[in-house]
Amino acid sequence: MDERAPRPVSKARRATTRRRFLRSALLGAGLVAIALAGRVPVARAGHRRLRPPGALDESDFLASCIKCGQCVQVCPVEAIVLADLPDGYGVGVPYIDARAQACDFSCDAVQCVLACPTGALVYRKPVFLPTRDGARLARPPILRAKAKDPEPTLELRERMGLARLVRPDACLAVQGKPYQGSARGPAFRGKLRYMDVDRWKPVAVSSRRYDLDLCDLCVRECPIQDAIALVPAEASAGAARMRPEVGESCVGCGVCEMVCPVEPSAIVVEERATW
Amino acid sequence: MVKSGSLADRVLTMLGRDPAKAVEFRDEAVRLHTLRREDPAAFRSARAAARTGHVPSHRWRNRRWAVLVAVNLLFVVSFWLDIQILEGALTASRFVGFHLIDLNSALQVMLAHKHIIVNLVIGTATVLVLWLLLGGRSFCSWVCPYHLVSELAEKLHLALARRDLVSDHDFHRGLRTVFWLVFGVLAWVTGYTVFETLSPTGILSRALIYGPGLALAWVLLIVVFEVAYSRRAWCRYVCPIGLTYGVAGTLSPVRVVYRLDRCVHELDCKKVCLVPHVLDPVVRGRAAAATMPIGPDCTRCGLCVDACPSGALAFEIKGLSKLL
Repeated sequence: MDERAPRPVSKARRATTRRRFLRSALLGAGLVAIALAGRVPVARAGHRRLRPPGALDESDFLASCIKCGQCVQVCPVEAIVLADLPDGYGVGVPYIDARAQACDFSCDAVQCVLACPTGALVYRKPVFLPTRDGARLARPPILRAKAKDPEPTLELRERMGLARLVRPDACLAVQGKPYQGSARGPAFRGKLRYMDVDRWKPVAVSSRRYDLDLCDLCVRECPIQDAIALVPAEASAGAARMRPEVGESCVGCGVCEMVCPVEPSAIVVEERATW
Repeated sequence: MVKSGSLADRVLTMLGRDPAKAVEFRDEAVRLHTLRREDPAAFRSARAAARTGHVPSHRWRNRRWAVLVAVNLLFVVSFWLDIQILEGALTASRFVGFHLIDLNSALQVMLAHKHIIVNLVIGTATVLVLWLLLGGRSFCSWVCPYHLVSELAEKLHLALARRDLVSDHDFHRGLRTVFWLVFGVLAWVTGYTVFETLSPTGILSRALIYGPGLALAWVLLIVVFEVAYSRRAWCRYVCPIGLTYGVAGTLSPVRVVYRLDRCVHELDCKKVCLVPHVLDPVVRGRAAAATMPIGPDCTRCGLCVDACPSGALAFEIKGLSKLL
């Protein structure tokens, strides 16, 4: 084979190639920078989400979620929604806005865990993943709706969070006040399973009217046994004052936050809080 | 030295290298090339005959759009009407209960999470086999919702370009391979599925099924970039999903095949092609053999098959076509 000299490359062509290379480098760097900006909302403190039951720890959850929304599709009360762009790396990742619609376990079997194809939601964490102290439930939670079933427990080993009475002064029970009407007004679109209505069909919270001498909605509608109870508040003159006290059985589903009739809610779920 | 048209050449072309120039030609190819040179009058009349007889067709495009819309609609109605045929989104789903998991999303999750559960393996393997049989990047043109959006943006881009309002700025095709590697490394190192944040495929699929969101603004930005600055930029120079499926379909039996004897070298095919480098053999004098399979970067969209005035490009199912 003869040694041919490389074809001379024209100046214009070289300039075109150089420009294209620069453009490509810029696009590359620019897109990677934009991609990395997705870290900012994740790193920012105070921007945490209540994740569906069975979710791995936050960083593992974000790593393993494939953002398909199958958990959204199986939820009977449509409690699960997918996060949007402001969540950065969390875009398309499921969360629960408990005030708007809490998880009431009306599926009994934690269907979202069953639906998850990647193990971002799990019944049983793989052994090599750490469990935070106080996140693990001391005993299997008993679902009040299933209390009479041969197997009354819920397949859940870690809590989603923990309910806390953050605004005790606003709490009607603490004030010793009664409550009449539907929990959140006629326009509220949240759903809840009422066992005396239909075990398998959650209905609108707005369809239920209460007439209570002392507001106990959070205790009354809590789906978990022994998770919350009214205890006498500090001795005070006059009316009976009670305070909702959250027990170790609380799984952090958020039903108490959803049904709390005061605005903003006196009791909220603190996501991923430990006992 | 990589032989022109060889598997290695086709794979390297997909990764971003320019197609190899043919050095050795098959006898039949030499005969056909010589014929065109030595009897230009006959070639010219063949060309003219092809032109006059040719009615522009949109057969494959229409079939493809119908499939693309149907698949995405099936996702939507499965959720909206709760008929549960195809549950989930394009990143991961269940078809009547069987797990299907997008190859690139699965790769990202595996790299980020570093733990692989059985369902993930089953779903990924199913999809791998599916697209290996169906042609790899055919996922792009027959299923990906962004592909359709991008095709419409391309029409707008070309219309504006004809009026000299915009012009196409190309990038190095190797950039997509770089992105594929960078996003893989980022997933491994950061522990986040970084690419999924940007992927218009996932964003659009979720927006269709679960309702629109702010993330659509990012997709709009990409569309504007493609219309105003660079034709089909995302699919051509960025999207690692395309490369993943391209690799998966490298040995796929479903492909477009080029026949030199029918070609009149008008290059209509290259003008409509998303990945014109795969059509390098159609340039006069370049085909090393009389029939050449088109490389794995081809999305099997069929636009070239529709565009060709002389039937030189056609779909083939390797093995099966010979049987039929």
